[in-house]
Amino acid sequence: MSLELKNVEKKVGIETHIYPTSLKLKKNTINVLLGSTLAGKTTLMQIMAGLDKPTSGEIWFDGKNVTGMKVQKRNCSMVYQQFINYPNYTVYENIASPLAITGVKNDEIKQRVGKVAELLKLSAMLNKKPDELSGGQQQRTALARALVKDSDLILLDEPLANLDFKLREELREELPKLFEDRDCIVVYATTEPSDALMIGGNTATLLEGKVIQYGKTLEVYNRPENLISAKVFSDPPMNIAEITKSGDNCKFTDNDVQWKSSAKIKDGTYKIGIRPHNITTYKEGNNSVEINGKVQISELSGSESLIHFTNGSLNWVSLSNGTQQKNVGEDTKLYMNTDEFLYFDQNNRLVNNG
Amino acid sequence: MNKTINQKAWYFVIPVFVLVAFNAAIPLMTVVNYSFQETFGNNVFAWEGTRWFKQILLSERFHASLGRQFAFTFIILLIQIPLGIAIALTMPKKGWGVPVCLILMSMPLLIPWNVVGAMWNIFALPDIGFLGHSLNAMGFDYNFTQQPGDAWFTTILMDVWHWTSLVVLLSYAGLNSIQPAYYQAAEIDGASRWATFRYIELPKMKKVLTLAILLRFMDSFMIYTEPFVLTGGGPGNTTAFLSIDLVKMALGQFDLGPAAAMSLIYFFIVLLVCWVFYNLMMKNEAKS
Repeated sequence: MSLELKNVEKKVGIETHIYPTSLKLKKNTINVLLGSTLAGKTTLMQIMAGLDKPTSGEIWFDGKNVTGMKVQKRNCSMVYQQFINYPNYTVYENIASPLAITGVKNDEIKQRVGKVAELLKLSAMLNKKPDELSGGQQQRTALARALVKDSDLILLDEPLANLDFKLREELREELPKLFEDRDCIVVYATTEPSDALMIGGNTATLLEGKVIQYGKTLEVYNRPENLISAKVFSDPPMNIAEITKSGDNCKFTDNDVQWKSSAKIKDGTYKIGIRPHNITTYKEGNNSVEINGKVQISELSGSESLIHFTNGSLNWVSLSNGTQQKNVGEDTKLYMNTDEFLYFDQNNRLVNNG
Repeated sequence: MNKTINQKAWYFVIPVFVLVAFNAAIPLMTVVNYSFQETFGNNVFAWEGTRWFKQILLSERFHASLGRQFAFTFIILLIQIPLGIAIALTMPKKGWGVPVCLILMSMPLLIPWNVVGAMWNIFALPDIGFLGHSLNAMGFDYNFTQQPGDAWFTTILMDVWHWTSLVVLLSYAGLNSIQPAYYQAAEIDGASRWATFRYIELPKMKKVLTLAILLRFMDSFMIYTEPFVLTGGGPGNTTAFLSIDLVKMALGQFDLGPAAAMSLIYFFIVLLVCWVFYNLMMKNEAKS
């Protein structure tokens, strides 16, 4: 079983919502679509589900061309950012609805609803109506509805975006477990890089209607093919600076910070990407290098400290563990872990693969 | 906790008190005053107690006009609510059709009530009116000025033409507030068009529909101008609804006492029906 998009393109009027995209999602995988708002995540999912038709290109499922096949015939389920449940059905009836429509016997419905309700901690509220539930419970009900039928394709469109922080964390941990033993393809759309990392599986980075990179989540994170993919998959935003390399010596174009690089790349100018957590107030790794900065903003979140600082004409973002109290305007020293630098050539392609 | 005591805020309520007193409380109390007394003009009053109320409640004339009133309201609700929902469902949701439909729908609502009555009167006249003449030309024996059935038919048709738009506009607003994701979810579930209507659209429209039914009930129950201009309550008394009968009694016969008693009974019936209806509709809401 696999879902394959072949050169799928979506245009609305003169606007292109999805540029020609080819993507192959394998059986029993969780696939994250990662990109900011308007990146085309929802459109792509609706095309996958059959709720929307591509302007050109084909969708193949399980070796069959399903382009233009209606959603009712595709055996998929979808969970939305908004909590979508039937308003005057109880939780039980809501979860049972996809089964009841397809004519499953009552005994079986009861058993399957019971099982999925337990999995999602809804057993105690089966007789309540959706508007008597909290947001988290409403979304659990919607999830249960998606899980209760044996869908071949489960689409989750930012399912956690409307939940408050605690509930989001809780449900995010549970989600990958829910899909573990299922025989299906899961697609999960999110704007949060941290969601993708926690869910694992595969990730496709998207920007403005284009799939930038698709691969194993950690691979995409650690070795982004290009600068755009790296930017999409980085929160807080990635630091980018120009450097020159001659021999083993590297140096920023804008300041005097120097380091030795073991990257096997030709001499010349490159752009480097540094994730904020690789600039810290303490030394990390064997090859760290010192940088001076003037603190612009200092945000403490308890377990982490986000420090924005300037060095010369460049703005930098750093993320350190613990509470690192810094005053605005203060001159401070930070350390960059040069082992984690990502080197991009003038075409924005990653050059240090390793 | 120490509360600051500042009674000056009461001054802000004074304008409302004055306004309500002049436009509701004082006129209403005048009617209450009349309903317990007999008057022959010249400010001469004689106390009658509850005599007028008993007389009205027992009079056949009142029973008949009340019956006609309920029948009329019931029939127009039965037509206008489903028809309004049906029209709202078929209206376009985007594009140039939206403003066109909305304007066309609001037109009847913008026409003054007596104009509506006069319009339909001429429109339905059997000899020169387009509707009346056409019906007769088609072989129907139609004459709303002489045949009670035709008078009812015309009055109801006029009210449906005049007021269905209100139900349409309210339902349309209700339908538009449903997020597209609901329809997609229903589509994914494989729900039929009817199921989508029954389990998504109807429950989501519940509040606006309650409002629509209440408004249409009150307005149609108090209808006066349009049937007065169209039929004048005739032929005979067959389309004399409560308000028409009331005006006949108060201004035609100058029976101020019984007319005042009748207004109060009328008022309480409207109040009671609205209260019962609203509570029935909102019963489920309160539970959650």
